[in-house]
Amino acid sequence: MSFWTRHQVFEKNSIILIVGILLVIAIGGLVEITPLFYLKSTIEKVDGVRPYTPLELAGRNVYVREGCYLCHSQMVRPLRDEVERYGHFSLAAESMFDHPFQWGSKRTGPDLARVGAKYSDDWHVTHLINPRAIVPQSVMPGYPFLSQNEVDPGTIADHMRTLRTVGVPYTDDQIANAGADLKAQADPDNAGGDAFSKRYAKAVVRNFDGKTGTPTEMDALIAYLQMLGTLVDFKIYNEKANLR
Amino acid sequence: MSQPSISKSMTIGESGLAVVFAATAFLCVIAAAKALDAPFAFHAALSAAASLAAVFCIVNRYFERPAALPPAEINGRPNYNMGPIKFSSFMAMFWGIAGFLVGLIIASQLAWPALNFDLPWIQFGRLRPLHTSAVIFAFGGNVLIATSFYVVQKSCRVRLAGDLAPWFVVLGYNFFILVAGTGYLLGVTQSKEYAEPEWYADLWLTIVWVVYLLVFLVTVIKRKEPHIFVANWFYLAFIVTIAVLHLGNNPALPVSVFGSKSYVAWGGIQDAMFQWWYGHNAVGFFLTAGFLAIMYYFIPKRADRPIYSYRLSIIHFWALIFLYIWAGPHHLHYTALPDWTQTLGMTFSIMLWMPSWGGMINGLMTLSGAWDKLRTDPVLRMLVVSVAFYGMSTFEGPMMSIKVVNSLSHYTDWTIGHVHSGALGWVGFVSFGALYCLVPWAWNRKGLYSLKLVNWHFWVATLGIVLYISAMWVSGILQGLMWRAYTSLGFLEYSFIETVEAMHPFYIIRAAGGGLFLIGSLIMAYNLWMTVRVGEAEVQMPVALQPAE
Repeated sequence: MSFWTRHQVFEKNSIILIVGILLVIAIGGLVEITPLFYLKSTIEKVDGVRPYTPLELAGRNVYVREGCYLCHSQMVRPLRDEVERYGHFSLAAESMFDHPFQWGSKRTGPDLARVGAKYSDDWHVTHLINPRAIVPQSVMPGYPFLSQNEVDPGTIADHMRTLRTVGVPYTDDQIANAGADLKAQADPDNAGGDAFSKRYAKAVVRNFDGKTGTPTEMDALIAYLQMLGTLVDFKIYNEKANLR
Repeated sequence: MSQPSISKSMTIGESGLAVVFAATAFLCVIAAAKALDAPFAFHAALSAAASLAAVFCIVNRYFERPAALPPAEINGRPNYNMGPIKFSSFMAMFWGIAGFLVGLIIASQLAWPALNFDLPWIQFGRLRPLHTSAVIFAFGGNVLIATSFYVVQKSCRVRLAGDLAPWFVVLGYNFFILVAGTGYLLGVTQSKEYAEPEWYADLWLTIVWVVYLLVFLVTVIKRKEPHIFVANWFYLAFIVTIAVLHLGNNPALPVSVFGSKSYVAWGGIQDAMFQWWYGHNAVGFFLTAGFLAIMYYFIPKRADRPIYSYRLSIIHFWALIFLYIWAGPHHLHYTALPDWTQTLGMTFSIMLWMPSWGGMINGLMTLSGAWDKLRTDPVLRMLVVSVAFYGMSTFEGPMMSIKVVNSLSHYTDWTIGHVHSGALGWVGFVSFGALYCLVPWAWNRKGLYSLKLVNWHFWVATLGIVLYISAMWVSGILQGLMWRAYTSLGFLEYSFIETVEAMHPFYIIRAAGGGLFLIGSLIMAYNLWMTVRVGEAEVQMPVALQPAE
């Protein structure tokens, strides 16, 4: 029986055809995806990467909601010009708590993986309200409405609890104080500032949008932008130990 | 007819579905009342209204219909079910125009950012997923459902399986589109490209998709032909694989069952890999395998020639579906994804060139002996040019997946140009060609209202595509080169914003190209509308033809 006659078993039997298709399409995914869950070299060993603070998390959700990832990548490639333009290339460890990841696929605007601490809060407020006020040639939309929307401190703990279920190591302490921490990070005069700083290493406490009262989405988004790429200290990062 | 009168009663499907929808409406009202955010309340209310409408339609249909359900055969000929096909064809045209229009808007926003109007609902970041989903899933999806329901019936010579099920598929799918699309405008998104809808829309799509698979599969099982026709292998691979991809990429945990926000189960690097395993195979199985099925039915039909090589179709079918699944990592070259995965992705992407061109050769060579028809039949020309575009973009794709090339092309407009040579040239044109064939067939018309208008559509749209992709090639390669340009002193030559500024003229040309493509689709919509409205009905043979002795 020739190969072509044997193939008729698929052509004459729909269930066998479906099973054949399923087997054939399963292989590639299994080989490429499953090892990423158990190969130890997949994610580098680094110090400093921590889950997002409640305010940063709220800001990240704004970033996702407005589709920032469609024009801004968060993934510096190990190419000479990118490392010089943006900073140290991105590590897998730096996005290991990201649900979902925000590496992006297009740079209509610049990469943001290391935008943290590059510009002042004022710069960000002005730029987000009207990008062309600072960069005349920019094609970015303005987001003035972020200053009007307040962030809800009441529900942020539920978000962190959900994230903990999918694998982000939030502590009970962090979840219990989520609402207070959210307010504390945007208010330097807040009494809870010290406790907050102990819960989240390297977190910046500032009045990001310059306005008093409940933190706005502007506060949250800038808090998120200002921490991007700042957690790993590359002066002490052991490049050789993580060669892959 | 002298059939004995049977007493009329509701089928199990009718009563069962009516009860399920009534219960759904009730649950949705509760969800709307307890909703934590406004978009979720809106979607719950929309679902409640749609469920009630479904109950009304089912009950109303029961009172209107004769006691017996439509027979599977009339006078020994299959009684084909054309209703859901007509609906899906109409929706394809509607969403197509909507999707192209949104594309034109966002292209213009990139050229003139004032068009964002500082409003949340219509700024680029929310409109872009609306554009991609409208053209891929709304336009493309409806074309696939309409043609697959037509092809599976005709090539199996049986009526479509199910009574309400095919309607559930087409209506349910378009309701998913409505929820997804309005969600984007309201800021409801998972941010996973081409899989942006949130958890509740994903769950609904899963149900619709399983029913779609069942309708298709049961029709194939009931077939009167010993062999399963080639096009149906591709449709089956498309339906099954999209189900697998959807389930693999989307598992998410909602923050609350009364809120729209959820967090995806995968994180960081694994999420990136799952996403592009999904993303590239949405291209591979939605935009390729499904539309290859269209090619395998509509080109031979329109050219009145058999498929060039049956053996080639066997080889390229299995090779294509096996290799495509591996190609995802080429979207993650030079990222934090491990090198071994990137290399695998690149290797398989290059190999993928071969089965892709196998399909192209099979489509083009089907024209053997009928090439003269390209001069007289603009519909066939559209179908054939689509295959030529398929060949071009499946050469460009493997080339761009080579890491060195990718280091230049990635993150630039070159990718956007590549996608659109495939999407406008291949998927767009093969869909237009299929709809130009399908509408007269489904509405039982002798032919199209005007072939001259098809000709106009063809040339206007082709000019649009050429403008679009050449503008994106130039802007993409230019931007890539500017990013890596160094001065003689060893400093980066251009700031980022200088590269943005350099894109401006090309963004205008791109918008002009998109505008032409939109105009072409409006010409098409008019032509199809007039075909249905004033087209001459085809005279049906009253009795079955006698087979030749």
